[in-house]
Amino acid sequence: MIPAPFRHITVETVEEALAALVEFGDEARLLAGGHSLLPLMKLRLATPAVLIDISGISGMDTVQVDGDHLLVGALTRHRTLELSDLVAREAPLLGHVAGLVGDPQVRNRGTIGGSIAHADPAADLPCALVALDGVVGLRSVTGAQREVRAEEFFTGFWSSVMEPDEMITHFRIPRTGSAGWAYEKYTARAQDWATVAVACVAGRVVLGAMSDTPLRASAVEQAIASGATAAEAALTAHEGTNPSGDLRASAEYRAHLATVLTERVLLRSGYGI
Amino acid sequence: MSTQEWTKAVTVTVNGRRETREVEHRTLLVHLLREQLRLTGTHIGCDTSNCGACTVILDGAAVKSCTVLAVQAHGHEVTTVEGLSGPFDGLSAVQEGFRQEHGLQCGYCTPGMLMASTALLSEQPDPSPEQVRHALEGNICRCTGYEMIVRSVRWAAEHSDGATP
Ligand SMILES: Cc1cc2nc3c(=O)[nH]c(=O)nc-3n(C[C@H](O)[C@H](O)[C@H](O)COP(=O)(O)OP(=O)(O)OC[C@H]3O[C@@H](n4cnc5c(N)ncnc54)[C@H](O)[C@@H]3O)c2cc1C
Ligand code: FES
Ligand code: FES
Repeated sequence: MIPAPFRHITVETVEEALAALVEFGDEARLLAGGHSLLPLMKLRLATPAVLIDISGISGMDTVQVDGDHLLVGALTRHRTLELSDLVAREAPLLGHVAGLVGDPQVRNRGTIGGSIAHADPAADLPCALVALDGVVGLRSVTGAQREVRAEEFFTGFWSSVMEPDEMITHFRIPRTGSAGWAYEKYTARAQDWATVAVACVAGRVVLGAMSDTPLRASAVEQAIASGATAAEAALTAHEGTNPSGDLRASAEYRAHLATVLTERVLLRSGYGI
Repeated sequence: MSTQEWTKAVTVTVNGRRETREVEHRTLLVHLLREQLRLTGTHIGCDTSNCGACTVILDGAAVKSCTVLAVQAHGHEVTTVEGLSGPFDGLSAVQEGFRQEHGLQCGYCTPGMLMASTALLSEQPDPSPEQVRHALEGNICRCTGYEMIVRSVRWAAEHSDGATP
């Protein structure tokens, strides 16, 4: 399968990328690792006329400490996060989850910026970013910069508050250090998107693939805070969720998985014992 | 747009040789390799980024060449199965391991398996069978049931010094 014809342009700076986004408007898409966009283009589910290749922008693929946060460049590959000692020490959930995305070949190409921009409710990094209470750093052609909490970034299936003339430049992720954390991803095959995923870190619990965005399990968090056991708290995991039924699982089975996986992450994170 | 705007010249170092070709912007790396450079060892299995038959090594990292544009490889280094070689009568330890342990039946997945295994061993010279299985999660084999493939990679790890069996 071959994508529909398009023009590929490379940019070297964020400014050039944003200028190109404005110049080509609706016709254009940014290209980072290409591991969500190219499969869609090969299926002709996406047919952009112009691809603005941002993968060569330098300095956007690093992880640094910035006060209480890690500053993660949008072009940082899953593989880099997976192998980073700094990430393992300061935000271990992030490195662990990055290592569960797809397979090694996918992790060698895919970037955190692409994964968050793509906003798939079954994807791993969006779920982890909300659990970590991370912040998405955006920039537009006017030079305007804004930071949006991950929790407020995702608005629906494959959609977010990002405007067409904006791009993600970085993420700011709290250094959770030794706070208890765990991630459970249930997949039917060795390598797959989550049927259901649950992330827990520092008392925050987030469900993946249980709605059209990653969803905070507020009832679970409250139950734990008021002294419930993990099993009791997990029974509330499906509250406020809206799972779909598909080939992977029925909605009922997803709700059941959410309960089982929530109990596991709570216990492994040291809550509700 | 004139047709010129749909094509550009890319220069890629493939198996140590600098190759320059005119490609359409939408040309996939696997098509540049197979159709323009006639390196047909790299296979297309699923064409949907799932099977890993098209795996090549790009700047040291295993990637699925059906999910990389040829233009994205411009200025980079690619190793395909044709570029593997070593002390085992010309074969690398990984290739010889697949021979010794019968790591293939029909052979369709094999080039991808060889490249993913080669990338694994360059990062992790002595992986456990469990680690081999995880590292090959992106490569599907419909014949072997994987057991012999895992043994082949272990064989390669045990014979990295090139000592003949
Ligand atoms: C076989 C396979 C298995 C996979 N399995 C999983 C899995 O188990 N879990 C999982 O979570 N994901 C999985 N993925 C998806 C993978 O994580 C992708 O890498 C990721 O979703 C997209 O990142 P990318 O850099 O490749 O983005 P691209 O494909 O380049 O871009 C994706 C989208 O984001 C936009 N974009 C990219 N960068 C930016 C930016 N900086 N600012 C604004 N917009 C931007 C693009 O315009 C495009 O719309 C899988 C993919 C494949 C092919
Ligand atoms: S052909 Fe590339 S992954 Fe199957
Ligand atoms: S040997 Fe036939 S697919 Fe692997």
